[in-house]
Amino acid sequence: MAMVEKNNKKNFPYFWDVVAFALVMGLITVLAWGSHQMAVPYIPGEQIPLSLDPVHLPLYALRTVLRMVAALILSFAFTFVYATVAAKSRRAESILVPLLDILQSVPILGFLSITVTGFIALFPGNLLGVEMAAIFAIFTSQAWNMAFSFYQSLKTVPKELKEASALFGLSPWQKFWKLEAPFATPNLIWNTMMSVSGGWFFVVASEAITVGKTAVTLPGIGSYVAQAIQSKNLEAIGFALLTMLIVILIYDQLLFRPLVAWAEKFKFELTESQDAAESWVLTLFQRAHVLRNFVKAIGNNWSKLIERLPKLPRPAQNFKEISPLVIKIQGYTWYGILICGMSAGAWTLMSFVMSGVDHTEIVHVFMLGLITLARVMVLLLLASLVWVPLGVIIGLNPRLATKVQPLAQFLAAFPANLFFPVAVFFLVRYRLSPEIWTAPLMILGTQWYILFNVIAGAAAIPTDLREAAKNLGLSGWRLWKHLLLPGIIPSLITGLITASGGTWNASIVAEVVSWGSTTITATGLGSYIAQWTEKGDYPHIVLGIAVMSLYVVFFNRFFWRRLYNMSQTRFRLD
Amino acid sequence: MEPLHPETDLLNLKNVSKSFKKSGGEEHLVLEGVSLTIKEGEIVALLGRSGSGKSTLLRIISGLTRPGSGEVLYSGKPVTGPVKGLAMVFQTFALFPWFTVLENVELGLDALGVHKEERKRRALAAIDLIGLDGFESAYPKELSGGMRQRVGFARALVVEPTLLLMDEAFSALDVLTAETLRTDLIELWLERRIPTKGILLVSHNIEEAVLLADRIVILGTNPGRILAEIKIPLQHPRDREAPAFRQLVDQVYELMTKRPRSAAGKVEAVPLSYRLPSAPINQLAGFMEALAAEPYNGRADLPELADQMGFDVEELFPLLEALEILSFARTEGGDVELTPSGKSYVDSDILQRKVIFAEDVIRHVALAAHIRHVIDERPGNRAPEDRFLRELEDFFSEEEAERVLQVAIEWGRYAEHFAYEEGSGILSLENPASYTSAL
Repeated sequence: MAMVEKNNKKNFPYFWDVVAFALVMGLITVLAWGSHQMAVPYIPGEQIPLSLDPVHLPLYALRTVLRMVAALILSFAFTFVYATVAAKSRRAESILVPLLDILQSVPILGFLSITVTGFIALFPGNLLGVEMAAIFAIFTSQAWNMAFSFYQSLKTVPKELKEASALFGLSPWQKFWKLEAPFATPNLIWNTMMSVSGGWFFVVASEAITVGKTAVTLPGIGSYVAQAIQSKNLEAIGFALLTMLIVILIYDQLLFRPLVAWAEKFKFELTESQDAAESWVLTLFQRAHVLRNFVKAIGNNWSKLIERLPKLPRPAQNFKEISPLVIKIQGYTWYGILICGMSAGAWTLMSFVMSGVDHTEIVHVFMLGLITLARVMVLLLLASLVWVPLGVIIGLNPRLATKVQPLAQFLAAFPANLFFPVAVFFLVRYRLSPEIWTAPLMILGTQWYILFNVIAGAAAIPTDLREAAKNLGLSGWRLWKHLLLPGIIPSLITGLITASGGTWNASIVAEVVSWGSTTITATGLGSYIAQWTEKGDYPHIVLGIAVMSLYVVFFNRFFWRRLYNMSQTRFRLD
Repeated sequence: MEPLHPETDLLNLKNVSKSFKKSGGEEHLVLEGVSLTIKEGEIVALLGRSGSGKSTLLRIISGLTRPGSGEVLYSGKPVTGPVKGLAMVFQTFALFPWFTVLENVELGLDALGVHKEERKRRALAAIDLIGLDGFESAYPKELSGGMRQRVGFARALVVEPTLLLMDEAFSALDVLTAETLRTDLIELWLERRIPTKGILLVSHNIEEAVLLADRIVILGTNPGRILAEIKIPLQHPRDREAPAFRQLVDQVYELMTKRPRSAAGKVEAVPLSYRLPSAPINQLAGFMEALAAEPYNGRADLPELADQMGFDVEELFPLLEALEILSFARTEGGDVELTPSGKSYVDSDILQRKVIFAEDVIRHVALAAHIRHVIDERPGNRAPEDRFLRELEDFFSEEEAERVLQVAIEWGRYAEHFAYEEGSGILSLENPASYTSAL
C-alpha cells in the first residue's frame, strides 16, 4: 500500500485529480439537464419540432445517450433479479431459462411495435410514455443477454468457494456480494458492453416510429436522421454520422474500455494474464489519488454506518426437513400452473391473430420467412468468405491485430441504420433491384462480429502448432485447410451466431428503406412486420413477430447450437 | 491457551452412511457404517484411495452435507448445518481472487459479525502467525502456491476453530513447499500457539499421514468403510528415515493394498460391476518397465518404488490395481511383483505388446469382452456408448459409469478390439484388428 502511495506522488497527483474531477462533474451536469427534458408535457400526434441545423446535434445526441443509460440501468436491475431467481430456485429455473431463450429470439423492434401505444397510454399528456417505449425497446436488446450471462456465472461458481462461504457462515446476502456477484462480473461486463454496442442500432431505430395513427418522434440522432431522409438532406445525414462517431468513440473510451479493464480484477484465475485489458481512463482514475481517497472515504463511512447497525444473530443454517409429499404437491401445483399459463398464452395468441388474419395469410407469412432466412444465410456466407481470410491474416499478426481489433469492435457498435439513407440514395439513383441490393444493409452492422471473432480465434492459435505446421512443411492452401481454418472454427461459429441474431433483427428496418417520398421494399418477413407496423394492424404484426421468433428459435436449436457443440468438442484448442 | 482435556470427545460419528441418488432413482452407496471419534489434542488422518468417500465424509463432518443415516455429534451436540468452531483448509486453497490477503483472512470474521477494528487486528495477527507478514495487500494471483495455502491456513485459523479440517491441504504443493508448511503447522500445534483442539486431515499421501497424525484411519472403497486404525506412537519431530517410521509406512501400504479377492490361484475376469481403475496405458507400460529394470528386477517394495517414481497413492494404486486385474503384476505384503505375463509384455516390441494386452483384457475384464461381443452381434458392427453406460449405471453413479466406460474404451482401443468415435459416441469395428477373438 505504502509503495503505491509513493508512486502516486511522483505522478503529479493533483493534475490527474483536476482532470478526473472535471470529467465527473461535466458528466453529472449533462445527465441532469438531459433527464429533465425527458418528462416534458406531450400530446400524442403532436410533432416535436426537430431542426436539421447541426448546432442542435450535440443535444440530440445527449438525449439518445440518456435513453441508452436508462435502459442499461433497467437491464441491470432485471438481470440481478431474474438471473438470481433462476439460479437459486430449481423450479423457477425450469421455466425462466427457456423463457429467456425465447425472449432472445423475439425481434427487438417487434417489442417496440407492440408496446408503444401501451406506454403512451400509461403516461397520458407526457412525453415520458414515448420515452419509456423507446427505452423498453433498448432494454429488450440488452437485458436477455445480460441475464443469461449472469445466470450462467451463478451456476458455475467454483464448488470450493461455495463450501468455504458456507463453512465461514456467510449469509446469503454476504455470499451474493462477496462471492457470486464478483465472480460473475467479468462476463457480465463483457456481455453488457457487447449489448450496449448492439443497442445503438435500436436506440436510433426506436426514435422515429409510426404505429398506425401514432407517429412518434423523440428528439435524438435517430429522429434527426429520419427527418433528414424526409427532406432529402444528405449533408445533415453526414453531420449525424459524424456526431454518432464521436458519441461512440466517447462511449468506447470512457465506458467500455475502463470497465473491461477494471473487470480484470475479478477474473477467476490464479495466474496473472499476460495481455490484460488496459484503459487510459481507468489508469487516470487510479492515479488521481485525492479522488480515490474521496471514494474510499465514502466507502469507509458507509461501512462504519453498517457496523453501527444492530447485528442480526447468525442464522442457524440447518438441513431443511421437508416431507416428500409436500415437495410432490408443490411440484404438481407448479407444473399445473405452468401448463395452464402456457395453454392460455397459446390460445390468446392464436385467437388474437386469427381475429384479423386467415389461414392462407399464415402460410404466406411462413413463405416470407423463408425468403428472409435465405437472405440471412447467403449474407452470412458471403460475409464469412470476405472476413475469414482477412481476419485470419490480421489475427496472425499480433501488432496488426491489436490495432484492428478495437476498430472492429467499434464498427460493430456503430448503428448501421444511419448508413441506410446513403445506400438508398444510390439504389434510387441507379435503379438497382431492391430484392437483392437492400440485403447487404441487413449485415452492414453485424458483419463485424464475424471479423473480430475470427481475429481473436486466429490470434489464439498456439504458436507451437504454427511452428509444427511450418516444420512439417505445410504452406499455402494446405496450411489453411489443416491448421488455420480448423483453428478458428469455434470463434467463427460464435461470431456467426451473434451476427445471425443481429441480421434477423436488422431485416425489419433493412427490407423497407426510404429516401424522401420514395420507399423501396424488398419481399420478406422483415418488410412484412415493418409495413403492418406502419398501418398499426396488430394481428398482422403479432403474426409476423411470432413467425420470425419461431424461425430464429428453430434455427438456434437445430442448426446453430449443434454447430456450436460440434465446434466445441472437435475443434477446441486446449 | 486453554488446557487440553484428552478425555473429552471433540467429534463423534456413529454408524454414518451416505448414498447418492442416481438418475434412475436408485441409491448409490458411498459410505457405510462409519464410526469415528476424535478426542481433544489428537491429530487424526483419514487415508483412502479415490472413491473411498473420504471427501464426502469430511463434508458430512463439517456440516456441508447431511449424512444419509447415523449421527454426527460435535462437542456432544448433533451437527445440523455448517458448524461454528470448525474451519477447513482446501486442496485448491479456495481463496477469493478479488480480495487481498487481508480481506480473505477477514472473511470468516466478517461473517461472524466481528467489529471492523477487531477484525483487522485479529486478521493481522493470524497473518503474522502464519508467516505472511508483508503480503497483506497482495492479491492471491500474485502469490506462489505455498503462500496461497498459507493464506488458506490463516483464514481458517483466524476464526479460532476448535477442530481444524484439512482436505488434502498439501497435495497441490510441490514437495519442498509442502514439507515446510507441514513443519510450520506442527510447530504451531505442538507449541500450542493456536487454540485448535484437534486436527482431522484427509490425505492420500501415506508418508504425510504417518508424519503428522497420532492415529490413521484407513477407508476402504466401494462403499467407503473403515478398514483399519493404526496408532502412530512416534514423538514429534518425526524422522522419515527412522526404522520405526519406515515400518509404519510399510504397514499402512500393506493394509491399503490388501484385497478381498484372493490374488493367488486362478485369476478370473472382473465382473461388469467392477470399478475399473483409471490407469492410462502409457503409465502401465512405464511402471512395468521400471519394475522389470534394475534395481528391482521384477520385485519392489511399494513405499520405496513410490518414492523413487515420485508417485503418491492417488497415482500409484490405480496402476497396481489395473496390473493385478490384467494379471501383469501381483501385490502382496507391501511388495509388488511382475508375473510371467507382465515380464513377457515388457520384453516385447510395440506390436507384440498389443497382442498380449489384447488377450489379457478380453480374458480379465468382463466389460471389454462384453463390449466386443455386443459389437460383433450387432448388424453393421456398431453400438452407441450410451447402451453400455445405461448398463453400468445399474452399478455406479452416472459420473462413475462414464469414467469406468472410458477406461474400458481406452484399454479396448489400445488392444484394437474396437474403434471409438468421440463426437458421436459410436463404438465399432471400423478399424478392426486382425486379432481373432479368444471368446
